[in-house]
This record gives sequence, structure tokens and C-alpha cells, in this order.
Amino acid sequence: MELLVQVMIAGITIGSIYSLIAIGVVLIFKSSGVINFAQGSMAMIGAFIAYSFVTQLGVPIVFSLLITFLIAAAIGIVIERFVLRYLTGASLLSIIIVTLGITFIMDGGALAVWGSSNFTFPKLFPAFSLELGGIKVPSVYLWSFITAMVLLVIFLLFFKYSKMGLAMRASADNQKVAIALGISSRKVLSLTWIIASIVATGGGILLASISALHVNLSYIGLIVFPVIIIGGLDSIAGATVGGLIVGVLEAISGVYIAPHLGGAFQQVAAYLLLLIILMVKPYGLFGAKTIERL
Amino acid sequence: MEIAQHHLEVHNLSLYFGGVQALNRVDLKVKKGIVFSLIGPNGAGKTSLINCISKFYIPHEGKIIFNGREITPLRPYEVARCGISRTFQNIELFKGMTVLDNIKLGRHNHLRSGPLAGMIYWGKAKREEEELETFLDREILDFLGLTPIKHRVVATLPYGLQKRVDLARALSPKPEFLILDEPVAGMNREERQDMMKHILEIKTVWGLTIFLIEHDMEVVMNVSDSIAVMNFGEKIAEGKPEAVKKNPEVIRIYLGHSFTEG
Amino acid sequence: MKCFKTRHCAYYFIFVGIFLLFPFSLFKYTNYVLFLVNMGAIGVIGASGLNILKGYTGVISLSQAAFMGVGAYTVAILSTKEGLPFWINLPAAGAITAIVGVVAGTPSLRLKGFYLAMATLATQFLLEYVFKNWESMTRGVQGLFITPPQIFRVHMNNDWVFYFFVVPLAFVAVLCTRNLLRTKVGRAFTAIRDRDIAAELIGINVFKYKLISFAISSFYAGVAGGLWCYYMTIINPEAFTLLVSIDYIAMVIVGGMGTIMGPVYGAIFIILLPEFIQRVMEVLQPIFRMTYTFEAFKHIVFGFTIVIFLMFEPKGLSEIFSRMGRRIAKWRRKEVREKGGY
Repeated sequence: MELLVQVMIAGITIGSIYSLIAIGVVLIFKSSGVINFAQGSMAMIGAFIAYSFVTQLGVPIVFSLLITFLIAAAIGIVIERFVLRYLTGASLLSIIIVTLGITFIMDGGALAVWGSSNFTFPKLFPAFSLELGGIKVPSVYLWSFITAMVLLVIFLLFFKYSKMGLAMRASADNQKVAIALGISSRKVLSLTWIIASIVATGGGILLASISALHVNLSYIGLIVFPVIIIGGLDSIAGATVGGLIVGVLEAISGVYIAPHLGGAFQQVAAYLLLLIILMVKPYGLFGAKTIERL
Repeated sequence: MEIAQHHLEVHNLSLYFGGVQALNRVDLKVKKGIVFSLIGPNGAGKTSLINCISKFYIPHEGKIIFNGREITPLRPYEVARCGISRTFQNIELFKGMTVLDNIKLGRHNHLRSGPLAGMIYWGKAKREEEELETFLDREILDFLGLTPIKHRVVATLPYGLQKRVDLARALSPKPEFLILDEPVAGMNREERQDMMKHILEIKTVWGLTIFLIEHDMEVVMNVSDSIAVMNFGEKIAEGKPEAVKKNPEVIRIYLGHSFTEG
Repeated sequence: MKCFKTRHCAYYFIFVGIFLLFPFSLFKYTNYVLFLVNMGAIGVIGASGLNILKGYTGVISLSQAAFMGVGAYTVAILSTKEGLPFWINLPAAGAITAIVGVVAGTPSLRLKGFYLAMATLATQFLLEYVFKNWESMTRGVQGLFITPPQIFRVHMNNDWVFYFFVVPLAFVAVLCTRNLLRTKVGRAFTAIRDRDIAAELIGINVFKYKLISFAISSFYAGVAGGLWCYYMTIINPEAFTLLVSIDYIAMVIVGGMGTIMGPVYGAIFIILLPEFIQRVMEVLQPIFRMTYTFEAFKHIVFGFTIVIFLMFEPKGLSEIFSRMGRRIAKWRRKEVREKGGY
């Protein structure tokens, strides 16, 4: 029983980070139809940049984070403006492969600059002893979860109620009409990428705080896909829920199932779930079937 | 009294899109060898009807019977195999392929070579391809005047020619029943005359049953043996062209439309 | 065989001649260059398969490497545990991989675009997991060793022997692809790629043909994997990861999707790229004193290659070459006109 609670807590914490990363992908998809395979690399690079500022350059944490977010935003804009502009209207495979290419560039760059060892991420949050239901929980888990949830709620509210959020949703839904109504799709697009990059960076930093900092962090970009298949490609709330589900699924299968099946089953568990869902619902759990006209 | 078996029968066909009823209990019977036209204003449900026949849409209610056999549960490609062929309003040709390849696709189900024979090519598959090309040259390309452009890529052709290629593709399996979905839409006068000629030729020389959807009244009046009129998903009139022309309901729908055009 | 014009015949003889004499012309670098050519040939077979699936049927597959793995393990198991000869093992590898491909593909066939790609990604991961954990068959991470079969009493993994074996096979693979596309099945594939709904409506059983496409593509992958196994003599799950699948996708894209020679150009390019990078690094390193690892640099260049190709020449190398060919033909015609008077 104790073990289960521990597992659940770990799962929910990691899951909330998955949600953060997934939201970035959903955002970009909603506003431009692009599926960004490079989100994980963005998260990883963000974490490394923050690390560099804090540890190697000795800048105070708050400033480091701010600068990191700025740099992340800049990277996002560069990708959007210089690469994806060229590819408007290109096929889905092209978009996927281009973002994969960007992943390689970022991963390679990170390898080149920081090398392939494990780093300890500086402590962002005050540590304290935490006991939940009689189990010791690392305080960083709680902080991470809270941060992730706060960010998620902020984004949900932003999209539902703010003027900019409304503009973004409109642009995603029907770009031409949005332009006709005076919504600048370029601004919306840039803003989307900025937000997505910042969110990814946030997720990366949180993840690095919980586990370790390593260039392999970019593999989190792969977990995103089961999350959005569960939650739906164009639903922020769905991405949130999906992330939590995947996180818990991973944790549970890691502890309970993997020992029986062998190996790192938890890594494929989410993808197995993805396959099962797709077999039953070809457009994802909440996806809408596009009606083709003849 | 002898009751001739109808080539195609549509019984009680209904189709909904969300809250909109596209077809409301439509009944139709088409005799063999005639040109049957379906007319009506935009949105009347004409294209929905033929989409139900070719199984692009699945009707919520009703039956479709072809040559006495019910075809409602069939998959789209099986309907095509029964001998029903169609053209498309929006020319669903494979634009990256040549004219000849598109037309060859029409005879897909008449070919026998499988993947293995295809990969080996020399032998069965090559013979089949050569026979196919000879057949198509003789029967289809010549008839529609497409021989000079047979190796052109479809995307490079003007609209009128593309429509002709679509027709060639629909004819290539030598169907019994041909559905033409707005064959003269967007054509100029000369092209329209050509198409009318082709339609009549197909009917007399090939002996097909033709099911025509068209807005151009001149074409409809000139080629049809029988006309049905639809509006808001329902059939509101049916009969010989002269009778339909005089039907007050029909005239009301086409308010302002002169049937004496052409 | 048919040899319609004497000019064509001459070309065939020249090609065969180059093929036969090539290894003898290499002197010092023979084994190294042959190694690259052999890897390229394997790549051509795998990429041709993927091209049939993606370039011609429009299915996005991220699992080509996993299927190669199935072929490789099949060959390894059949030759070590059953002791079967290679001319049974290789086709068997292809056949078994084709079956796995069809089984994996069937549930995915209702899916479109992105979702289909996700399903293939899941297949890739699941197969990787099987390779690592079905210890009784694959010996997990340790991998399997095999003794390669002998042709004329020389082991097949000898660079020379393998060259004379695999390059003709690659040629056959490309030829078969070309043949397929001139016939009923190939046309159906192209139709499905362009407009699959229209294809169904004009009488093509799209489901069946997508399955056939999966089967053929997986067959190619399986044979390629089996050849890899014979050449490398050691196989382990590391050789069939997602990164390798992405390599294959890069081959198809860089070479030119939906063209027959695309996989050939692409395979050669992608296989040669790391070698090229290494040479460049060896030259530049002392000059710039870079401490980047090869791994990092390779990633960066690979990424840039993909991005730049997709931005500026999405139709790939085959488009570049045919453009050059057209320019040369135009220039030649101009020359003839000028020389022959107006």
C-alpha cells in the first residue's frame, strides 16, 4: 500500500511535467498545424542553459531563469521564422522530419557544448522534509507538481479568457477569417512558439530538478505523443489529463509490471496504450473525425 | 403485363448530416439502357444520392438494388466491381499520373497480375500491360480523342480535357451503369456540344444505362429519356422530359429559369 | 533479355564492367571503400522498401529499422539454431518480416497521417523492447553471433565476397520496384497515395493494397536486415533503434520520395555522410582546435542536412539530378542547333 502511494506520487509528479511539455506541442499544433517533434530537445536545452547560468556563470537563480526563458523564446522564434515559414503548406511528413532535424541539431549542439555526462541541477526550491501518508516524499516532487499545475492553470485561463488567447484560438480554428478580422497570424504564431518554448524549458528544468541533467532529457519529447493521443491533439485540458495518466501508467508499470515482463517495460507501456487507443479510436481518444468532401 | 427488371432501384433512401437531412425517403427506378437525369437546385441532394450509390456515404435508411441484387451493404470498391462506374464533379483524377495511367486504373479489377508478377514484370505482367494499352487505345482513347495526350501528366491539362479523361477512366472498365456527376460543369459551348455528342454515342453505341446529374438544361433536355427532380432531399417530380418541363412544381423551383433555353 | 537499341546495350555492358572491375581499382583503401559500398547496398534495399511504403503508398513509417531487426534476428536464429543455408534464410527473413509487417500494419490501416505515424512509432518501440527482452530467442542486449555462410569456401562477411553478392541484390531490388510501378499493383499504390478515397470509389480495395504495400516493404526490410546480419556477424538491439529508422526516412527524403532512384541516391548519401564529416573534422580539428566529439558533430550536420534539404529541395537529390540532366540536354540541343546551322 505504501509502495502504491509512493508510486502514484512519483507518477503524478512526472505526469504533470509531461503535461507541460505536451501543452507546448498542442499549442503549436493548434495555431499552425505543425507537430513539433523538437519539443523535448527544447526542454533539454532550456534546462542546460539555466544550469550554465546558475552553476557555471554564477548568476542568481531568478535572473538565470529569466534569461533562460528569454533565450528559449528567441530559439522558438528562430525556428518559427526561419525554418517553418519556408514550409507552410508542406506535407505532414516534411514537417515532422524538419522538426526531427532540428532535434538533431539541438541534441548535437548540447552534446558539443556540455558533453554526455550527468549533471546535478541546482536546487531551485527550498528543501524540507515532507511526509504524505507516512511516506517520505522528496520536497522537489511537491514543488515540481505545484509549479506545473500553476503553469497549466495559468495557460488554461489565458486561452479561455484573455484577448490574446482568444485570438490564438481563432487563428488556429480558421486562419483566413482570423486575418480578415484583424488578427495578425504572424504575431499569433510567434507568440505561440514563444509560449511553447518557455513551457518546454520550464518542464525541462523541473525534470532536471527531479532526476538528473543529461542530454538524454530530450527523449521526453517522445513521451509527448502518447499524451496527446490520449488527450487529443488540440485540447490543452486533454494534454493535462493525458500527461497525468501517462505519468501514472509509467510509474505503475515500472514498479509492478516490468519485473515480470523484464526490461524497461515502462518505457513502452505508454506506447502500447497508444496503439490500443488508436485501434479503437483512429483519431485519438477525443479527436474529431475530419469529414472529407468529394 | 410484363414488368421489366429495373437496372437500378433506390428504395426509401434517407441520409442525415448531423441535423441536416440530405435525403428524405427517396425512391427511384432506372430502366436499362436509358439516359436518366437527376436535376434540382444546389443542395437538393443529387450528389448525396449518387454518393450513397457509390457508397461514399452510408445511408441511414433505405435500400439500393442493382440488377435485382441489393448492393447497400457493399464496400465502395465492391460497388465499382458490380459494373457501376462514375465520374466526379470535382474530377478526382490522380493528378501526378499520366492520362494513360489514370485510365488504366479504371480497369484495375480486370487485371490479374499480383505483386510478384509485377516485380518480375517480364512475362505475365508485361503481356497484360501491353494488351491493356492496346485495348484502351482502340476502345477508349480513340473514341474520346485522347490519343495525342495519352502520356501527358494530368495536372498539366486544361479543365475540359481533364473532365474528358475522367470520363475515359469511368468508361474503361466497360461498365453497365454509368453515373455522370455534372459532366459539363465549367465547360464552354463547344465543349458542351462535344460532351453531349459523347453521351449520346455512349448510350447508343455502347448500350449503357446513364445516370446523369446536371444543371445545364439544354444538355438535360437533349439527351434524357427520363428525368427526376429533387429539392431539399426529396424527389418532387419524375417522368419524360416534356412532362417534367411543364410540371408546375418544377417550374416553381426553377423560378426564373427558362426551360426554353437552347 | 531485351536489348532494344545498341546504345542501351552498350550502357549495360559498361555498368556491368564497372561493377566487376571496381573492387580491383581501389588498392590501398579496398576494404574500407567496399565496406561503405556494401553498407550502401544494404541501405538501398531497406530504403527502397520504405520508399514503396511512403513514396508510393503514402504511409509514414518510423519502424523500418525494427523490421530490419526482425529480418536480422530471423537469419541469425535460423542459421545458428537450425543451421539452414543462406538461400533459405534470406527469403525466410523477408517472408517472416513481411508477416510481422502485415500483422503490425493491419490495425494501423484505418489511421491517417499523423496517427499512422504514431502507430508505426509504437511498433518501433515495441519491437525494440522485444529484441531486448525476449532473451531466449535474441539473447537480449548481448546480441547474437553467427558464423556467416560460405560462398565458394569464403565466408560471406568478407568484403569482396559480400560486394559481389549484395550489389546485384540491390540492383534487383531497385529493378523490382521499377517493374512493380509499371503494373497494376504499383499504379494502385500511387493512386492510394494521391487520393485514397477516390481510389476506393473507382474500384481499388484500398485496405488490401495497403496491406500488400506493408508486406512488400517489410519484405525488403527483412532481407536488408538479414544481409546486415551476415555481414556484421554480430547483431544486437542497438543496431535497430529509432535513430536508424530516422536514417532510413532521411534516405528516402534526401534521395527523393516517390522516385525509383531516390532510395539509391539517398542511401549512398546518408551512408557516406558520417564518413565525410569525419574527414572534415580530421582536417579542421587541428586548425580550429575544436573539442567536439564526433557524435555531436555528426548529429548537428545530419540535422542541418535534413533541414536544408527540406527547406530548399524537398524533392531530393533525384530532382537535382534530373534538373541537371535536363539542362545538359538543353545545352546539347543548343550546341547541335548552332553547329548544324539554323
